[in-house]
Amino acid sequence: MTTLFTILFDGVAYGMLLFVLACGLAVTLGLMNFVNLAHGAFAMAGGYICAVLVNNQGWPFFSALPLAFVSAAAIGVALERTLYRHLYTRSHLDQVLFTIGLTFMSVAAVDYIMGSSRIFIKLPAALEGQFDFFGVGIGRYRLMIIVICGLLTVALQLILAKTRFGSRLRAAVDDPRAASGLGINVPQVFAFTFAFGCGLAGLGGALSAEILGLDPYFPLKFMIYFLIVVTVGGSSSITGPFLASLLLGIGDVAGKYYVPKMGPFVIYTIMIVILIWRPNGLFGRAAAR
Amino acid sequence: MSIRSQLLLVAGSVAAMLALAPAQAQETVKIGLILPMTGGQASTGKQIDNAVKLYMQQNGDTVAGKKIEVILKDDAAVPDNTKRLAQELIVNDKVNFIAGFGVTPAALAAAPLATQAKVPEIVMAAGTSIITERSPYIVRTSFTLAQSSTIIGDWAAKNGIKKVATLTSDYAPGNDALNFFKQNFTAGGGEIVEEVKVPLQNPDFAPFLQRMKDSKPDAVFVFVPAGQGGNFMKQYAERGLDKSGIKVIGPGDVMDDDLLNGMGDAALGTVTAHLYSAAHPSAANKEFVAAYKKAFGQRPGFMAVGGYDGIRLIYEALKKTGGKTDGDALIEAMKGAKWESPRGPISIDPETRDIVQNIYIRKVEKVDGELYNVEFATFEAVKDSGKTKK
Repeated sequence: MTTLFTILFDGVAYGMLLFVLACGLAVTLGLMNFVNLAHGAFAMAGGYICAVLVNNQGWPFFSALPLAFVSAAAIGVALERTLYRHLYTRSHLDQVLFTIGLTFMSVAAVDYIMGSSRIFIKLPAALEGQFDFFGVGIGRYRLMIIVICGLLTVALQLILAKTRFGSRLRAAVDDPRAASGLGINVPQVFAFTFAFGCGLAGLGGALSAEILGLDPYFPLKFMIYFLIVVTVGGSSSITGPFLASLLLGIGDVAGKYYVPKMGPFVIYTIMIVILIWRPNGLFGRAAAR
Repeated sequence: MSIRSQLLLVAGSVAAMLALAPAQAQETVKIGLILPMTGGQASTGKQIDNAVKLYMQQNGDTVAGKKIEVILKDDAAVPDNTKRLAQELIVNDKVNFIAGFGVTPAALAAAPLATQAKVPEIVMAAGTSIITERSPYIVRTSFTLAQSSTIIGDWAAKNGIKKVATLTSDYAPGNDALNFFKQNFTAGGGEIVEEVKVPLQNPDFAPFLQRMKDSKPDAVFVFVPAGQGGNFMKQYAERGLDKSGIKVIGPGDVMDDDLLNGMGDAALGTVTAHLYSAAHPSAANKEFVAAYKKAFGQRPGFMAVGGYDGIRLIYEALKKTGGKTDGDALIEAMKGAKWESPRGPISIDPETRDIVQNIYIRKVEKVDGELYNVEFATFEAVKDSGKTKK
């Protein structure tokens, strides 16, 4: 019985991690209708920046995390202003080709600068190991992930649903022309949203180094997971990807524990079943566009 | 035209060119070094390239009156590239050796070319047993997985480890390691209580490790590709398996000197069997490690040693043939070659052209603030048992 809870706990932590990594993609894909396959590259950038700060510059882990967010967001803004915005009106195929190219360039660049071997971020001792909670093994690091990601999710949902910026963003997405007619600076809103999504990815990258491993192939290896989260969750809100991440995280961990022979397929089986049942994802708007 | 007839043509034209232009070929001996210099296996390629450069710096680039020229090509560990590059090197550059080969499929892809062109193929990294059986022109200076996995199986059975759970990556080397370990460990009276094969692209070991923990073994046998070892060790410690007294054992690839320091103290106490440790206490090794560190700023791993011995084998063979580059003569010269390598005494088995070497049992310990595999038992002159059974 306690094992069940440990598995559940690990699954939730894994799912939360997937969510932080992928929700930026859900935002750009769902809200801005832009296919950004280079999303993982921002996650990788955040991870490597955090690693360099902690391992080489001696920063404490917790001050390096916000910086991973900020610098990934800054890179996001720079690229959005110089490259991405020219592609907003182009076809999805152009966007895919452009961003996949960007992904390969990021892989090669990081390989050249940082080397191809896997790197780790030195964690403070307080985050290592497990403690017992009524017989359930709780990993400290995973607990921290759940806390950080849980807070982020609540904050995101509030920003989107309750704030002025959230309503501007939704207006800009639904009808950019009418929105700019009402005095909303649409490009600015998009740039900000894009940067925020990249920042989240950067944070996710820094958090995931410990669990998923960080190497130059990160963007390619995990692209498929991000896309699964977004397709299963539907891209019209962030609740969808959130629930999808949890479902996939728990499904993946439990599947690997209980049926290790089938382990890697569980996540895909869940995806196929859900997509047959709801082709637009769990919370997809049916044929919105 | 079929591939076979194309190859025959290639081989034919190579032979014809060699016959027509002997005067030209006498000036230099060319070695085509095919390595993964980019991609996931790049650290293997870099180590071997470094080691080859180091050897040539130390020993000069002239052997038996011939100048040695190394042509480095990057195959990114993709066998199709390996084959194309090997063909180009043999046909266009007229190399006398092809060498390197980071992964098994790459070594196998070049094997038919070596046979047809009668060019010796020196395998400096790839570790599956069958490789040397694929061409009479293949000689290996690295290792086979069977060598280290059988030894750790024997050692575990004799040293109080009764129940073992295995965690291996689901690909050819992982399965090789698992099978050879299982065979020797169960023959020695051990029992496998849990057998888990993890997918090669495995993001998170957590569920598998929980399974290991629940099966309460004396030790966990691990083989995962270089690079994932660090993740494994961290999560192993995170889950408290180290504190519950479950040891980690395995072939030494997982504890490569390259990666060991990045794994952190979680790796302490891990027992592995392998051919080389940078902490090997011999004068030859101390000199090698010092020179390598000075030249490249890092510790050599077992891949570097494979490359270092590979180029040495080429030098020795050329000395023996007096600089003649006939493929058959070179292979004859290599058979039975024997010397003291940084890893200890090694020789080339005249029958299988595979390496015979000592396998050491090592434990990860802290030496001068750094993690090292410290050797504490030696199994001498181990042959590749993947072949001797036949």
